[in-house]
Amino acid sequence: MLSRTADNLYWLARYMERADYLARVLQAAQRLSAMPSAYVGASNEWESAVATAGCTRAFYENYEDANETNVTHFLAFSADNPSSIRNCFQVARTNARAVRIALTSAMWDAINGAWLELQRYGNGPTSREDNSRFLRWVQDASSLFDGAAYRTMLRSDSYWFSRLGVHIERADNTARILDVKYHLLLPAQERVGGALDYFQWSAILRSVNAQTSYHWVYRENIKPWLVADLLILNEQMPRSMAACYANLVQNLDHISMAYGRAGPSQRRARAIRTRLQNSRMEEIFSSGLHEFIVDFIADNNALGGDITRQYLL
Amino acid sequence: MPPAFDEMMAQDGVPRPAYAELQNWLNELPPNELERRRTEAEFLFRRSGITFAVYGEAESTERLIPFDVVPRILTRAEWDLVRRGLEQRIRALNAYIKDIYGKRDILRAGIVPEDLIFQNPAFRPEMSGQQVPHDIYVHIAGIDIVRVDSDTFYVLEDNTRTPSGVSYMLENREIMMRLFAELFSRHRVAPVENYPDELLATLKSVAPQTANQDPTVVLLTPGIYNSAYFEHSFLADKLGIELVEGRDLFVRDGVVFMRTTRGPRQVDVIYRRIDDDFLDPLAFRPDSALGVPGLMSAYQAGNVTLSNAVGTGVADDKAVYSYMPAILQFYLGEEPILKNVPTWRCREPDHLAYVLDNLEQLVVKEVHGSGGYGMLIGPTADRATVAAFRAKLRAQPKNFIAQPTLALSTCPTSVADGVAPRHVDLRPFVLTGRDAIRIVPGGLTRVALQEGSLVVNSSQGGGTKDTWVLDS
Repeated sequence: MLSRTADNLYWLARYMERADYLARVLQAAQRLSAMPSAYVGASNEWESAVATAGCTRAFYENYEDANETNVTHFLAFSADNPSSIRNCFQVARTNARAVRIALTSAMWDAINGAWLELQRYGNGPTSREDNSRFLRWVQDASSLFDGAAYRTMLRSDSYWFSRLGVHIERADNTARILDVKYHLLLPAQERVGGALDYFQWSAILRSVNAQTSYHWVYRENIKPWLVADLLILNEQMPRSMAACYANLVQNLDHISMAYGRAGPSQRRARAIRTRLQNSRMEEIFSSGLHEFIVDFIADNNALGGDITRQYLL
Repeated sequence: MPPAFDEMMAQDGVPRPAYAELQNWLNELPPNELERRRTEAEFLFRRSGITFAVYGEAESTERLIPFDVVPRILTRAEWDLVRRGLEQRIRALNAYIKDIYGKRDILRAGIVPEDLIFQNPAFRPEMSGQQVPHDIYVHIAGIDIVRVDSDTFYVLEDNTRTPSGVSYMLENREIMMRLFAELFSRHRVAPVENYPDELLATLKSVAPQTANQDPTVVLLTPGIYNSAYFEHSFLADKLGIELVEGRDLFVRDGVVFMRTTRGPRQVDVIYRRIDDDFLDPLAFRPDSALGVPGLMSAYQAGNVTLSNAVGTGVADDKAVYSYMPAILQFYLGEEPILKNVPTWRCREPDHLAYVLDNLEQLVVKEVHGSGGYGMLIGPTADRATVAAFRAKLRAQPKNFIAQPTLALSTCPTSVADGVAPRHVDLRPFVLTGRDAIRIVPGGLTRVALQEGSLVVNSSQGGGTKDTWVLDS
């Protein structure tokens, strides 16, 4: 297939995944900020939402104050934020138009439908209720696209490149949440806040859609190091870094088998996956959770660069 | 202006035989049903993403072309006449272009004035003496035809560069079949859905001789901001070929390759929907970001076929058009089956004098214009516009031709208060390959939706209709 087509599919999938993630981050922030500070502490949830979305600098170039109105607008609807939900859908549809022929009609319907629906929201939701509906709808639109791809695409390179986009983006998103909240996840003996953080931990789980899974996996109350374990090392958990890398390795293997040749992408993905498989939470904590996550984000970006150079240029 | 020919109704208010069943069906329809179907059709078009861009309208880059749900019907006998005329015309056009870039017999014979060729911006000196596979230059043509009475069809315009609209022909039929299954079951409508297969066969048949058994064909688009982008992606999809932009291709050692995820892959035939000017920044416009550097050198080396060939524009401007009957006679020794609209060439002083004296009755067109832009329709224009054209004609007579205002035939069309006649034209698509000339029955009917209007161009408020050729 054309390199440009593969590139478009890859980024299309990334943008749809990112829109979903941003909606979850905003939902979680809204929930926390609505709780009395006696339960969640005095931290500014909106500021950490901006950090989790990875656009702190761009935000403060446009606003002075990280409050609900500003952050919601910036992450969801702002035209100045290249990664706002609106721009994600916009770019996704532009990419989709450019690769119409590589999409199934169900995928096109999902994207085009989302884009048409987005026009109805004009400059953004007009009330909190409207905003909740909007965020819910964004997740539905993203799921619909993902489901359409899963159900209707031929299992060929088009599909594999779009899956690579999903999992690179998802791994990055999960790592970013951990990076912003890592101080909340350190083992109990190192913590000072104690019970105050319970709702923060549960918000993290919520933003990766894992609050129920957690209980099924650990059958325990929420404990910070188990939250970290779930999001980093547990391959059963679809948004964990380990699960993303299981998928990345698999899809890269499909491509290398179909093309009869492997390269730097396959090697790097396998190395990152092996590192995750060989890690234990205790070691990660002792050598520094923050450093571990920062390294992971850099590795994940490097893999994105390898994929681009190997296939997409 | 004589009254327009009504394709549906005979003089006595009785429908012609081909339209009888449609008339029955329209009579049976509950009130508002047509309106309901129209809304449904619009919904389906919007879902499919079939849109076009209107240049100069920044706020609405994507619009639907209005679709009229009442089909236009041609009998098999009418179509056969048109088809034979098209085959004849395309043979003449190809012979003419070959001659212009070859021996130039027609210039020596004094049939076409030299300056019309050598001062024509569409003339490509690079093509002189250049061989093209099987001497075919125009593989895909859109010949615009209007009808003025029961058996007179005029060619209004030859489009021999990158004619568009065929996606509407195909989509109109798809949507009609979804919405009007009953109506189809009552008629024997010749199918058009084989067009993509015919197009692919045509393109493969003109691959370079050096290409292998199964040549690689691609469609080259200027990109998503082009007004016909939907059509480009639609056709690439139906043909099962890659839709490429200039940056997807590169030239090495005189061979064209596309960049794929498996590495470079050689390209044999390029169905290009980019104008000559933008094909290759090294050969033509250096500021073109749409083209492929070195493409012309690969083409001249015979390693890739461009479809249509470079320089076919010398056959389709409106000044050349006026010579078509003589051109056809010169190469084929035949009388044209499809007539030309009588045309005054303002370059000739006596023609110009006539045109200036009769401006209120004539249609005046720019020689190099297209899309219904820059034209004067004398009978409906206000005085100021006529005066402005008079000044332009005096200043640059060579740039204009004039024609009588034709009473384009009308077809029943869905309007606000029911069904009423509206003026139509027809663009059939003519495919010319090594082995055959292929024309799917019918083509794209364009309709002027405004009462009395003669302008059918989509950029000027025209719509489209499904076109049925009835097998008897």
